[in-house]
Amino acid sequence: MFKKKNLKAWLYLTPALLFLAVFMIYPLLDVVVYSFEEGYNSASQSYSGVGGFNFSYVLRDPYFLQALKNTFVIVLITVPVSTGLALLVALGLNSIGPLKKMFQTIYFLPYVTNTLAVGLVFMILFKKTAYSEGLVNLLLKLFGSPGVDFIDGPWWAKILVVCIYTVWIVMPFKVLILTSALASVDETYYKAARVDGTSKPRIFFRITLPMISPMLFYLIITGFIGAFKAYSDEVALFGTDLNAAGMNTIVGYVYDMLYGDSGGYPSFAAAAALILFAIVFTITCINLLVSRKHVYY
Amino acid sequence: MKIVLEHLTKIFKNLDKRIKEPVIAVSDFTFEIPDGSLIGLLGPSGCGKSTTLNLISGLEEPTEGRIYFGDKDVTDLPPEKRGVGLVFQNYALYPHMTVLENIMFPLGNLRGEDRLTKEEMRDRAVHAAELVQIEGLLERRPAEMSGGQQQRVAIARALVKSPEVLLLDEPLSNLDARLRLQTREEIRRIQRATGITTIFVTHDQEEAMSISDLIVVMKDGAVHQIAKPQDVYDDPVNLFVAKFLGTPQINVFSGEIRDGKLMIGPEAVFAVSGAEDRPVTVAVRPEGFLPAADGALSCELKRVEVMGRDTSVVFSHPALDAVQGRAIVDASLTRDLEPGAVRFSLRPEKTHLFDAESGERIRCRLTRKEEEHV
Ligand SMILES: Nc1ncnc2c1ncn2[C@@H]1O[C@H](COP(=O)(O)OP(=O)(O)O)[C@@H](O)[C@H]1O
Ligand SMILES: [Mg+2]
Repeated sequence: MFKKKNLKAWLYLTPALLFLAVFMIYPLLDVVVYSFEEGYNSASQSYSGVGGFNFSYVLRDPYFLQALKNTFVIVLITVPVSTGLALLVALGLNSIGPLKKMFQTIYFLPYVTNTLAVGLVFMILFKKTAYSEGLVNLLLKLFGSPGVDFIDGPWWAKILVVCIYTVWIVMPFKVLILTSALASVDETYYKAARVDGTSKPRIFFRITLPMISPMLFYLIITGFIGAFKAYSDEVALFGTDLNAAGMNTIVGYVYDMLYGDSGGYPSFAAAAALILFAIVFTITCINLLVSRKHVYY
Repeated sequence: MKIVLEHLTKIFKNLDKRIKEPVIAVSDFTFEIPDGSLIGLLGPSGCGKSTTLNLISGLEEPTEGRIYFGDKDVTDLPPEKRGVGLVFQNYALYPHMTVLENIMFPLGNLRGEDRLTKEEMRDRAVHAAELVQIEGLLERRPAEMSGGQQQRVAIARALVKSPEVLLLDEPLSNLDARLRLQTREEIRRIQRATGITTIFVTHDQEEAMSISDLIVVMKDGAVHQIAKPQDVYDDPVNLFVAKFLGTPQINVFSGEIRDGKLMIGPEAVFAVSGAEDRPVTVAVRPEGFLPAADGALSCELKRVEVMGRDTSVVFSHPALDAVQGRAIVDASLTRDLEPGAVRFSLRPEKTHLFDAESGERIRCRLTRKEEEHV
């Protein structure tokens, strides 16, 4: 089995494998161990028993359920919306001639902008203060609506801001990937389709979409994973006490359980992290299964 | 369906933005393509062949001039209304569809009263596949087929709507030598079987000569000669056409008409009638050389390459425009040849004179000295 060539390959891989073992596999196993240790005390580093209590606690914790709900809403809204919008923008960019380069740059700017600066802009847009209503509310009032407090108001308003913020943050990268995917589709396919009198929608659905499907699929999978790991965007908007704002996410919950005010519960954190892992794993498997049918490589 | 091109001209803005001067891709192309014929559009790369096809298919709009299919002016019609089938150089088969889906794709675009049911589409696609003999490959994807098979699928897809005109852009250039030979016969067969007016583009003169009814020789957007393959070869209108056709290439000498004699270097090779004294370019086909002890042209023989029935005699001459020239001579005549001085007598019908400046053909009568004496 182990031919000389193989041995050499393994030798080359060793540093990376060691690194992975120490920093990925060991912590992962540790998390699994933690999650089954009941009544763990971090001060004495002791525990009272082994079992599934941590999971049942987490699954009944209203904060966790809120975080679960928030995360799912964020995922289900931002992934399709950002991917769809990015596709529209990329199609637009691809079909304009002269100013294409300039618009490409403009659409990519958010990606290289500091997130804190973006957060600040969102504050100006949405936050109500003693001095200002926030730009969006001023606009809403123009149309006769009473306005709403987006940062400290009802849940739907806050999650709306989160979703808009997330879409705004993740779009530039998707636009970039999709514009290059579209540009790499050979022009002659379109010429052939034109000679045959193919309608615009049919060209899009039967030629363009299948051709860029690998990229689109890549964006959807990474989009799902990224959105499930949402945390920093929420902090940028609502501060670190996300439970109080009702805007916590699963990753936020894990963090709180470790280091937050309610912190010091690594077992609960580990259980929550494993639940998140199970969810992401399942969704990714479903994605892969669906892609087998619909993605052309 | 006959195709008439009238003063067809296409001018592009230069792709290189630094160059202001526009590119004249096709210039004043006038030609009537007879119904049911196979036309070879021949020229070096960049001479405007693809652009001409695109103009005929409607993918490009002409800057000037008109195009007629039969008696109908189609200049302003979009491609799908013209009834053309177009085969691209890289085939442009949709890689995510099977062969059958690819061939059926154009049929799916038919709307209104032309609309077909799935079964009708399938039947017609299978029929087209049978025509190009790929009916066994219908469920394959393009990536699972050889270049030649892909080529056939592309032709089937172009034919499935029964177009009146078939346009092929360098259909053979992506195939290896053996397949190229086979496929060009195939194109000829399909064209005969369907009787469809076909224009095919190539930069390979042999390809064009072997299957075309008529050859159009282009260079820099301009049409140089339109004629039957043999006529283009035997009777080129200018030096470019003479040099572009024929392998091995025609041998080009610089010469002069002096006192009614054609001089190559110090030697008078022909008597000329019908042309005044002037410097000329003399082009002699490889088969126009005959080794002869009393031949008019003396050359330096370098080597003799055996090709079977014929031999290729490689020689040099100071007036030649290349380092060496080639003569194709019957093997029985070269048996005794050794490297060193050799004399050739030239065949007048294989020798063409061109203006030394413009390269235009000089029409005149050449006779061998010895014939004069008789
Ligand atoms: N869309 C275009 N824009 C500008 N120049 C073009 C365009 N298409 C072709 N050309 C130019 O026109 C000339 C003829 O091109 P083409 O018809 O493709 O040549 P061929 O097919 O004979 O190789 C070339 O010089 C090419 O650079
Ligand atoms: Mg071309």
